[in-house]
Amino acid sequence: MDFATLIQILDSMLRLSAPLIFACLAGLFSERAGIFDIGLEGKMLASAFFSAAVAASTGSVWAGMACGVFASMVLAALHGAASITFRGNQLISGVAINFFASGMTALIGQNWFKLGGRTPSLSGDSRFLPLEWPLAETIGAIPLVGSVYSELLSGHTLLVYVALLAAPVSWWVLFRTRFGLRLRAVGENPEAVDTGGLSVAGLRYRATLICGLLCGLGGAYLSTGFAAGFIRDMTAGKGFIALAALIFAKWRPGYALFACLLFGLLEAIAIRFQSIEISGVGTVPLQLMQALPYILTVIILAGFVGRAIPPRAGGEPYIKER
Amino acid sequence: MGKSSRTLAIAAAVSAAAFTAAADPAIIYDLGGKFDKSFNESAFRGAETWKEKSGGEYREIELQSQAQREQAIRRLAEAGNNPVVMTGFAFAAALSSVAPEFPDTKFAIIDMVVDEPNVRSVVFKEHEGSFLVGLVAGLTTESNVVGFVGGMDIPLIRRFACGYVQGVKAANADIRIIQNMTGNEPSAWNDPVKGAELTRAQIAEGADIVYHAAGGTGVGVLQAAADAGILGIGVDANQNHLHPGSVLTSMLKRVDLAVEEAFSGGGDLQTGIVVLGLAEDGVGYALDENNASLISAEMKSTVDDYRSKIMSGEIAVHDYTMDDSCPQS
Repeated sequence: MDFATLIQILDSMLRLSAPLIFACLAGLFSERAGIFDIGLEGKMLASAFFSAAVAASTGSVWAGMACGVFASMVLAALHGAASITFRGNQLISGVAINFFASGMTALIGQNWFKLGGRTPSLSGDSRFLPLEWPLAETIGAIPLVGSVYSELLSGHTLLVYVALLAAPVSWWVLFRTRFGLRLRAVGENPEAVDTGGLSVAGLRYRATLICGLLCGLGGAYLSTGFAAGFIRDMTAGKGFIALAALIFAKWRPGYALFACLLFGLLEAIAIRFQSIEISGVGTVPLQLMQALPYILTVIILAGFVGRAIPPRAGGEPYIKER
Repeated sequence: MGKSSRTLAIAAAVSAAAFTAAADPAIIYDLGGKFDKSFNESAFRGAETWKEKSGGEYREIELQSQAQREQAIRRLAEAGNNPVVMTGFAFAAALSSVAPEFPDTKFAIIDMVVDEPNVRSVVFKEHEGSFLVGLVAGLTTESNVVGFVGGMDIPLIRRFACGYVQGVKAANADIRIIQNMTGNEPSAWNDPVKGAELTRAQIAEGADIVYHAAGGTGVGVLQAAADAGILGIGVDANQNHLHPGSVLTSMLKRVDLAVEEAFSGGGDLQTGIVVLGLAEDGVGYALDENNASLISAEMKSTVDDYRSKIMSGEIAVHDYTMDDSCPQS
């Protein structure tokens, strides 16, 4: 494998990882605050739909993204209401959101555009176009280092860079601010937070809304940055892969970034090398290459992660003692 | 005979009458969805054409999951719809078990042969149409690398790929062809994100023309090709209009004709195997105002020359499904 191929695979890795990073960090905020969220998939899907639909109707990708993020945050608030205020089962609420989003996006889409649940193809200002970094061509002429700059770093859509920046920002918020400390405390020991005179419900609502915001960005990226339009169920399990990455990362932002990049890399490799000739063995079948990311996931999760301990109060509604 | 059983008998008679009155044709679309801009959409256009011409009505079902196949066929047949048309090879198993239950109903399946007395099996010679678009690609490419993106990895799609390869090689034997399949599950028909990523990988390897036979996934293939400033080739329906000037041509597979004919046949539909190739105008390549500037007169005459030779049998395009192998790659 030569250097150019390596750059291309890493380039593809960044594109494929971005939605995972958004969803994984979204889950991180929510679960660190003690709210399990398997509705990441549904929130991303809702956002992907409204981003593309509004962008297609108004011609502005920013209006689209705003609506997408809003839709995702509405679903997040719904999940919050079910699991914080009404103390319902958080897993069931998450599953409900997934089903709801899958069905409603197709239904609204069909009524809106009459295209069987998809939106029209986006073009021009109604989608995020790749950003060329300054001097990309000049620096690209330099051997090795040049192509890292011009091909790997430059030429992605805005939201890819936002995703990469979201991880350090999340770390800072969670581990270097007072809000972050309280948010983590509410997921470990809500009684202590309550005793300290802070609102457990308020903190948890804020965490779910941040979760909605990040899922919304992930969904907007899928339909207006990565692809050019929405199709039914286009998240295709990314929300669940992000959950796996979250466990793999042991609920830490830095590890989460690497876990998502790893999953993206495995997918990029599977896409790039559909048939590999190994001398003496013959051709590796396509099916094996396509299953490889999942096989490696199982191996990594089973063998290398060690014990992943979730936040202690995760999944349990907080009931104030009387 | 009690009163209640007499009521039942009357009810049965009434509903039987209602059923015969509703002998409208019906169509079931496969998982790619009715608006995949490709295979299923072409079938939908055929149904609409029939509706316009005959003034009749038809019923349709869009599958939502694998498990609904048998249920959908049975429901339409029970409701008295005749004939019941289904688009896609994946219906074969379900149809072979349901067809004998309704000997008076005619069924039609596209892309697969089901050997039952009341089934019409329509298959296309996709390898012939793919040969022609491959030839166009081979005559157009400047990098001497072209790509192919298939949907689900099944022999039918390998047949597209094999015909394409033969066409490309007929233009220039030195051209390299990169072949990729999107996946092994029906979801591979509706994954434009992956289709686009596969296309980008092929472009990175030097491809300047990419042909897709991937249903809804192909929307992503053509989009990625247009974004990168290279040419895509559409499939099934005429997809030249999706990105005018960036779609070299489309391999036409007249699913619409097959559906229209099946609908027109009504309850007396001819059963058996129907094969549609170049000679029957069942397959071909698309030429319209969107790609007129891409296809020179010289190219057109070369392609038409091959076309008539294939029709006359002078050139035989190898069919992958005959021996599950392709002579060239």
